[in-house]
Amino acid sequence: MSDKTNLARRNFLSKLPAAAATAAIAPGAVLHSKDASSAPRSEPVTSKVRWGMLVDANKCADGCSACVEACNKENGLDIHTNPAGADVDSTKWDQQKPVWMRSVKLKDLQSGKITNLPMMCQHCEHPPCQDVCPTGASFRRADGVVLVDRHTCIGCRYCMMACPYKARSFIHENVDIKPTLAPRGKGCVESCTFCVHRLDNGQTTTACQDACAKEGHHAIIFGDLNDPESQVAKALEKYPNQQIRDDLKLNPGVHYTGI
Amino acid sequence: MQYSCSISKLALLLLLFFVALPVNADKNWRVNGNSKATKAEACVAPVEEMRRNHMEMIQHQRDITVHQGIRKTDNSLHGCIDCHANVDEQGSHIPVNAEGQFCASCHGFVAAKLDCFSCHATVPK
Repeated sequence: MSDKTNLARRNFLSKLPAAAATAAIAPGAVLHSKDASSAPRSEPVTSKVRWGMLVDANKCADGCSACVEACNKENGLDIHTNPAGADVDSTKWDQQKPVWMRSVKLKDLQSGKITNLPMMCQHCEHPPCQDVCPTGASFRRADGVVLVDRHTCIGCRYCMMACPYKARSFIHENVDIKPTLAPRGKGCVESCTFCVHRLDNGQTTTACQDACAKEGHHAIIFGDLNDPESQVAKALEKYPNQQIRDDLKLNPGVHYTGI
Repeated sequence: MQYSCSISKLALLLLLFFVALPVNADKNWRVNGNSKATKAEACVAPVEEMRRNHMEMIQHQRDITVHQGIRKTDNSLHGCIDCHANVDEQGSHIPVNAEGQFCASCHGFVAAKLDCFSCHATVPK
């Protein structure tokens, strides 16, 4: 994919098949393609979709950790326990425990204003973790999800150093219970996957988003940034928002408002 | 991974030699026990092909799943485990990599050290 894509040309071309298809069907009858089918994906992901998120820090409640807990549960981080006898000093386990999503509290020292927000992999368009990875394990999928291919990860942790968001964790200990949908094991780096197993199986929400909505906060909106009709694209248009460390020009898929 | 695959290829040739001998009739190289596979008419490919090439099939599958998101397939490791895991008297699944079970019986014999199950589940979901 070239960065110098002619967007006007692409937009024009993308409308052609749709127009042709509409013309072919009887007048008045328009077939609707079902985006969120429940069947597992059978075609490769494409860059037509870019998954992204808008986090509204104003709605993110102080003391709430529903998204973090949902993330841990979804990806099996909560069933990962310190093996018996592996480490007598439990503080070490707590410090090294894999964390995909963190709840961050900011305090403005002048005004005293408290801001809460979840921080996780920002799914950059130009991910530094990918740049530094010596094996190609750290990569960005065509649909904008930044992942670790654990089959090729050698656990060097360069990506953890390179990430400006401190989003990645290393698995220090053996994993006893392995979740079928999110396999993980000792010796690899891992981070938020935008619940990629859900996306590939036709779902269009993440666990954190669902948990936040269930709590009634609705601080997380997830969806396709490329689809102007998606909830997230509309919200991004409506609310002033920013990407964290946008000075790095990484173009993260996660946007924040109210910070 | 590459290394262990080439070992297992070589070792499987040896295995195919031994599998015909009646002395090995009690081994779990053939599908036995009470797993779903014992009731199935065939695997996703003929047995001969599975014995030689199952590792290539899984490896190809893992790459397209991780990088392209394709999960609709017959060749997933998840599928292997779903079909080949036996059930014990208490009704719970026995891990496929436990001693004498479907994966472990061959891999142990041919000394193929594989790393699937440090991350992947060994029992069906």
